[in-house]
Amino acid sequence: MTTDTIPITVELAGGLELLFDNEKKLRINIPAKTEDGDATNINYLVNYLCVHHMKDTRREMFEVDGTVRAGILVLINDADWELEGEGEYELQPKDTILFVSTLHGG
Amino acid sequence: MHRCAICQTNRAQVIRPKNGQKICKSCFLEVFELEVHTTIVENNIFPRRGERVAIGASGGKDSTVLAATLKALNERYDYGVEFVLLSIDEGIHGYRDDSLETVKRNAVQYGMELCIVGYDTLYGWTMDKVVEKIGKKGNCTYCGVFRRQALDRGAKRLDISHILTGHNADDIAETVLMNFLRGDLPRLGRCAEIMTASATSPMRRSKPLKYAYEKEIVLYAHYRELDYFSTECVYSPEAFRGNARSLLKELEKIRPSSVLDIVRSGEQLVHDVKSPSKPGCGERNGCRGQDKGSVSGSQVMSTEPATLKLLQGAAQTNDGAGIQTIGVCGKCGYMSSQPICKACVLVDSLNKTEPPVEVSLTGNMISIEVSGGILI
Repeated sequence: MTTDTIPITVELAGGLELLFDNEKKLRINIPAKTEDGDATNINYLVNYLCVHHMKDTRREMFEVDGTVRAGILVLINDADWELEGEGEYELQPKDTILFVSTLHGG
Repeated sequence: MHRCAICQTNRAQVIRPKNGQKICKSCFLEVFELEVHTTIVENNIFPRRGERVAIGASGGKDSTVLAATLKALNERYDYGVEFVLLSIDEGIHGYRDDSLETVKRNAVQYGMELCIVGYDTLYGWTMDKVVEKIGKKGNCTYCGVFRRQALDRGAKRLDISHILTGHNADDIAETVLMNFLRGDLPRLGRCAEIMTASATSPMRRSKPLKYAYEKEIVLYAHYRELDYFSTECVYSPEAFRGNARSLLKELEKIRPSSVLDIVRSGEQLVHDVKSPSKPGCGERNGCRGQDKGSVSGSQVMSTEPATLKLLQGAAQTNDGAGIQTIGVCGKCGYMSSQPICKACVLVDSLNKTEPPVEVSLTGNMISIEVSGGILI
């Protein structure tokens, strides 16, 4: 078990920032490995954000069934996460992960 | 690394929900705009050069993307039309204030005139005051009726007879699902149309983003770094649409083409419902057929022939859900199928101390589906 961390940038948009005390950009150091020794991936990040950074109590607005709620778009370094393995994508140092809600109206 | 399926050069950054194609950012922006252009051309949305057209602008992602795309396309393909941003101020503190600021910035960014019409000046009531009086339950009915007229009145003030709204494929699919679940076929038909002209509104309304996925709209806004505002109406949880939306998003996850498939289903259903006989026809006087002659009988359709042609082509507008004779509201003079228009009835009920009236909207051309700016 290592205590190494990975520096990443998390961006929140499309209304999701409201769940994070209006923070649109978070620079965080996330553990490089999970408790089980696996490499940290997007799904882990989603839970990590809920536990450590979300100020709103409505977790289900962001996380459902261990990953992001349907209707939230995830961009990994500006590319659709579907191209990168979605929730299984393993985070790399200096990654920028953008979560943008498509669910909010005008 | 995936290469772009179109230019074969750049890194693919987007998977298109409609066909799974993997493309790069610049090809995506290009193809997104091209498809909106195709929708516009195929449906003859701008039949007349020199026309002034209003864009219903909320400051949200859809109307912002609509305005940005149309500005680009109008310059590229020379539609020869002039766009004006038309915004509604419902008078909801903490909801509309910030988004109107966004619209004001958009007007500068896109070099478009901006007109804001407020419920307070039109009706003497802001939505905050309405909710104070009647509570949160049922307030969407007021907002929907008020908004529809407000857009029309705003456009009329600008001497404009064509309003574009930012409804996207997901909005329409949601509404198709909702109307299907409610068994409301006439409304189902109307919500799937790209262009509508209703008997109670003098305006033509079009949805140029009808075939655009919400996901792609958000991506387009992101890649072009558009300035938009995201919020939810503080008064409108609107559970039913929320459920339809969740269902749709779950379906999209399993099969991304579901969204457009549902839109197409809506279009087809309209087609089938309309052809053999028209239920409800003859219930009121002035029963009209479903073609040109019928629509042109009403003063509503004083628009150019191209509109009529289009209305026939794109799954006729008349739905057979009851036929109306158009007159004007005895109170405000606004076009109405009843002696007193819906907005005036609602305002009257607010002005009285009596409990609010229930206004039935069935059998009327007004359709209200309101959720955070969605009105179909």
